[in-house]
Amino acid sequence: MTEPTTVARDQPGTPEEAEHFLELYRRMRFIRRFEDEVQSLFQQGLVHGTTHLCSGQEAGPVGVCSALGDEDRVAGTYRGHGHALALGVEPEGLLAELLGRSNGVCAGRAGSMNVIDLEHRLVGCYGIVGGSIAAATGVALALKRRGGVAVAFFGDGATNQGYFHECLNLAKVHELPVVYVCENNRYGEFTPFEQVTAGEIADRPRTLGLPTVTIDGNDVWTVSATAAEVVERARAGGGPQFVESLTYRYVGHSRSDPGKYRKPGELDEWKARDPLLVARAGLAERYGTTTEALDAVDAEVEEQLSATVEAAKAGPFPDPEAPVTEFKG
Amino acid sequence: MTEIDFRTAICQALDEELAHDESVVFFGEDVAVAGGVFATTGGLVEKHGSDRVFDTPISELALAGAAYGSAIGGLRPVIEIMFGDFLPLTMDSLVNQAAKYWYLSNEQASVPLVVRSAIGGGGRFGAIHSQVPISWFQGVPGLKIVCPATPADAKGLLKAAIRDDNPVLFFEHKRLYALSGEVNGDVGTIGEAAVVREGADVTLVSAMRTLHECLGAAETLAGEGVDCEVIDLRTLRPLDGATILRSVAKTNRLVVVEEGPRTGGWAGEVLAIVAEEGLGDIDAILRLTTPDHPIPYSPPLEDAFIPGAEAIAEAVRAL
Repeated sequence: MTEPTTVARDQPGTPEEAEHFLELYRRMRFIRRFEDEVQSLFQQGLVHGTTHLCSGQEAGPVGVCSALGDEDRVAGTYRGHGHALALGVEPEGLLAELLGRSNGVCAGRAGSMNVIDLEHRLVGCYGIVGGSIAAATGVALALKRRGGVAVAFFGDGATNQGYFHECLNLAKVHELPVVYVCENNRYGEFTPFEQVTAGEIADRPRTLGLPTVTIDGNDVWTVSATAAEVVERARAGGGPQFVESLTYRYVGHSRSDPGKYRKPGELDEWKARDPLLVARAGLAERYGTTTEALDAVDAEVEEQLSATVEAAKAGPFPDPEAPVTEFKG
Repeated sequence: MTEIDFRTAICQALDEELAHDESVVFFGEDVAVAGGVFATTGGLVEKHGSDRVFDTPISELALAGAAYGSAIGGLRPVIEIMFGDFLPLTMDSLVNQAAKYWYLSNEQASVPLVVRSAIGGGGRFGAIHSQVPISWFQGVPGLKIVCPATPADAKGLLKAAIRDDNPVLFFEHKRLYALSGEVNGDVGTIGEAAVVREGADVTLVSAMRTLHECLGAAETLAGEGVDCEVIDLRTLRPLDGATILRSVAKTNRLVVVEEGPRTGGWAGEVLAIVAEEGLGDIDAILRLTTPDHPIPYSPPLEDAFIPGAEAIAEAVRAL
């Protein structure tokens, strides 16, 4: 495995920076607690089918999306609640979607794996592994003409899909403004990625000529600084960029997976480097943010989450008798 | 009205729509500099520039993904999948993504893309360069399937497909590229069948190349005192059931001719519509299709495989 890049912590930050990163901490904390709530609602039978939670991976979506502008677009994955929330998708709408309610962002038609919210720059979440790579590559073709950068989030498993190889090649040939963010959480479903992946993931985009960096995906400073750099490079005509963000999911692949395949001690090792702990420590160290201030953020998150859950649950189910149009126009 | 061949009609439609709308782009394998392996797209890159008309790697997954993604990004892409037999490689982007976007997004946006593809047998290309892949897509809600039989429809319906806000599969039968006919500049209407020959005794329903075989059979049968009505479906999804039912109400006899496998084909769908909605009008129904085995290479085998005018005439006589 390539040694990940981490941003140094030895420079004191400005008050603006302190505020900015406290806000990123708030978003990560919200995503973590949102996922806890989804799990609970699933166990109550209120979230249906299956769930793919991103607990432990919050710094990736939050850090990357902090670098994006209004003209940029994102394709997320079936593990996409973090991608959506990091982009500003309304939490009530997202949770209501998972509950199958008409106040859902897609009115209950899409569910957890297929969320689309164009108003908040989310072109889609993709239940097919690698689908986000194709979508973002195509979006970049459009953005190349009108400005903006497309971002694809995908996991380590997607690097073995045809989409990965074909789309990265196409993007490089056409120098498309796209950033490929591989959230390497070490497991493709239940299988350790190194068992099914030849060589290093980062060597693959390098071979195609994409500027590539492997980073500590649990450190929001590293992720956001890296994202700012690569997004601006893509925006300036530098062509497709590749980021391998090393992270870990605390929960199983989906609701039916207890995660028995984990190596002994691995979960604890990663929890010691929890993105929320890293953020709290970093805020204190860099900006002198107090524990009280951080706890106050946590308390605000709890309030916001309770309100979100109540509002989402209050929505009615969609009407099966409502007319459906197969086609536009 | 001027007379041009089918491939020129395709090229004119692309040329006119590229000129009509800045958001239209066209890409595929060997379509720009080489002008297409079926010589359908020559001159477009010179006229409209390599930003809007360009060659891609031989990467059908990426091609279809780029079409889907660029459509949700605001373009109106037209792609060429050289042979319809390569369409299985595009299916995720077309079937799982593009076709579902309008519904799943709760109508936030649709996906205005066109996939052009050359299909059909009779060219001695063998089993995996000759198929009619329509039944693979027939059951996909959200897709439109257009299948012209004449240069006029090739042009008019391709223009309509490019202006349509939904994903459209636009099929071009390889054995029709050299066919000439009169063409005007009108934008066609997707979803409307055409009665191309009026008759009172039996209705023949078909599309693309086998439509011409039906017209040949109708001519033969006219000499025998059998008056055939011939319907060109032109669009296979959505299917124009009303035109078929109107005709069957008059003739009471129906023969559907499909170049495509018998099981799961659109001919069965036509029969189902008539059975459900026109049962009282029916005295006899029949479908002629290709057999449920791969398309053979050897000329006598391939010729026997696809329903021709004589086989159609024989089927009508036996009704």
